[in-house]
Amino acid sequence: MNNILLRPSRPVGIIGYGAYIPRYRLPAKEIARVWAGGKTAGLPVKEKAVPGLDEDVATMSIEAARNALARAGIAPSELRAIWVGSESHPYAVKPTSTIVAEAIGAAPHIQAGDWEFACKAGTEAMVAAIGFVGSGMADYAMAIGMDTAQGRPGDALEYTAAAGGAAFVLGPAENALAVINAAYSYVTDTPDFWRREHQKYPEHGVRFTGEPAYFHHITSAAKTLMEALGTAPKDYQWAVFHQPNTKFPQRVAQMLGFSPEQIAPGLLVPTIGNTYSGSSIIGLTAILDIAQPGDRILLTSFGSGAGSDALDLTVAEEILERRDRALKTQEYIARRTEIDYAAYARLRGKITMK
Amino acid sequence: MSDIVIAGIGQIQVGEHWEIGIRDLAFLVIRAALRDALGIQPQALIVGNMLAPNLSKQSHLGTLLADFAGLTGIEAITVEAAEASGGMALRQGYLAVKSGWVDAVLVVGVEKMTDQVGSGVETALATTMDSDFEAVHGVTTASQAALLMQRYLHEYSIPPDGLAGFALTAHANGAGNPNAMFRKPISLDTYRKAEPISPPLNLFDAAPNADGAAALILTRRDRLPKDWPHPPIALLASATASDALALHDRRDPLFFEALAIATRRALEQAKITLEQIDFLEYHDAFSIYAALSLEASGFAERGQGCRLAAEGHIARDGDLPCATMGGLKARGFAGGATGVYQAVEAALQLRGQAGACQVKPARVGMIQSLGGPASTAVVHILSNQIE
Repeated sequence: MNNILLRPSRPVGIIGYGAYIPRYRLPAKEIARVWAGGKTAGLPVKEKAVPGLDEDVATMSIEAARNALARAGIAPSELRAIWVGSESHPYAVKPTSTIVAEAIGAAPHIQAGDWEFACKAGTEAMVAAIGFVGSGMADYAMAIGMDTAQGRPGDALEYTAAAGGAAFVLGPAENALAVINAAYSYVTDTPDFWRREHQKYPEHGVRFTGEPAYFHHITSAAKTLMEALGTAPKDYQWAVFHQPNTKFPQRVAQMLGFSPEQIAPGLLVPTIGNTYSGSSIIGLTAILDIAQPGDRILLTSFGSGAGSDALDLTVAEEILERRDRALKTQEYIARRTEIDYAAYARLRGKITMK
Repeated sequence: MSDIVIAGIGQIQVGEHWEIGIRDLAFLVIRAALRDALGIQPQALIVGNMLAPNLSKQSHLGTLLADFAGLTGIEAITVEAAEASGGMALRQGYLAVKSGWVDAVLVVGVEKMTDQVGSGVETALATTMDSDFEAVHGVTTASQAALLMQRYLHEYSIPPDGLAGFALTAHANGAGNPNAMFRKPISLDTYRKAEPISPPLNLFDAAPNADGAAALILTRRDRLPKDWPHPPIALLASATASDALALHDRRDPLFFEALAIATRRALEQAKITLEQIDFLEYHDAFSIYAALSLEASGFAERGQGCRLAAEGHIARDGDLPCATMGGLKARGFAGGATGVYQAVEAALQLRGQAGACQVKPARVGMIQSLGGPASTAVVHILSNQIE
């Protein structure tokens, strides 16, 4: 197993990052009121972020992309790629990424494409961007993970399926606010969660989504990356894992040997829900908002189907000057309008009008 | 005629075996039973299975399992009698050897429940009821058991937690069984706080659907080698009876008549009385089934079955230990494999190999395999007290 780490031939880092979370919040107890007789014990999150009527993955990606560009301090025309990872692209056929590229002024001298790998499409796009920049084909590439996730009404996933995500500008390490030390991906064919074409809501394998899917892939990816790098949990100031609910990332952190303090700043799921392709990477933006130069971060995503991307980063001096150029992730979380189930049903198109 | 004896046993832990399929589950226990039988080769394979054509999209299990176990050439069939498929397979194996046409038979119970998600399993289970007159109205096995339980609580003025003793006993016993799905005792408080499934039936009144397989080899006692190392376990009786399939066609829904008939026939065959039964494996798919089974069999008066549980009579140290390895509730409900699990567990008790679950004395055991609310009842009596 030589050379299983993904490392570019020229050093690559994050030049700019940006988060976006829509303002509406649906409390889990409100879903329980409608679907579970008002049960309040054991709810998977406190509340989840819900997109407004005129928001979708394209508009939300544009918001995050603008934040990332502001922090990167580069012209949009310097981007050579915009890749959007999502499982809720507005079109089945027609890219989201072209809309984003046009809106932020990055077209037409650009690669554009949409990525899909359940909840890890965002990190898949990041790893591709690292390769694109690291090979020297481009100086700057943007990777986005964004979702407006839907759960079937009354299903366990409805409590958590949320909207939000993050955008990253990848570029040469010498201009980075965080340097990518290495990446590693662990993938198997494991059908734990899926949605076939023309189905409105996804299906899942109940407990099968746990041990054989989420826990197996995240621990395998994170352990392999750390073994190959010769690192241990104590070498990282911060860690962030995919967050489908509150318990899973806490338990996987414990399984791997990370403390509650190490995952605290990136653990956003209790207040915004599971943003799917955005889940682990929006956690990374919240960490970058508070990290100090020299801090080392382990990020591990999980996408059903199934696979995990693990990334090892070291924060650089540039973070101090750049992070105030856009709204911080906690500021988006604080910008909050609570809604009830009826408003949520309208906003999410759950009421059939024709 | 020489006694029919259990020459070999095998089982796998009941649970969510996502990593292997139905043939692998069966193969593991066939191999274990063949090894335990020390070279006795079966001439026939009888498979007890309830839902494979539906849940595993696989029928023709007899030939499939014979093939996969390297036993092609032997006679092989599948027996289906809903949840009693395992008990009925055991009976067909007993009849085959008893008839003299077969010297040794391999009986396998196997079920793979976890390949389907959502309502698939409930829908499949509902096909065991009267499809035209019950399932069509949306009745599930759990909601039907809830109706029975509600009637029972009403009829005998029993409080809502009056059946708790069955789940508590099952979980206490399952804790000692390495092949049980649930190995943790529960408290009365836990039972009372459990989520309702179909009121008054709660989570702990229903056995968990799971994957599992168990196997045993039957032969005649005169076929055992002279230096046979296991204590021989004889099948003293094998009996079965049927009732109206639809619950509403029964004169008295709270009386498991088929079980009463099968139990009486079994006792007559074995030439023993109920008092001589040292332990009972009943079919506690739902706690109300356990209560009604104790009553129909004659172990308790009508309306008193739940008291045997509440007062500790069915505990390991009680006068009629029941669900000694956890029963369906804690060992887990592996569909058509269940009746074979019961036989394997009874054999362990009678061999004195039940470990932490061992009951004393263990000389005569009764096992009861039910399809639906005793629409089919299969009763066997096993004993180590043979000449």
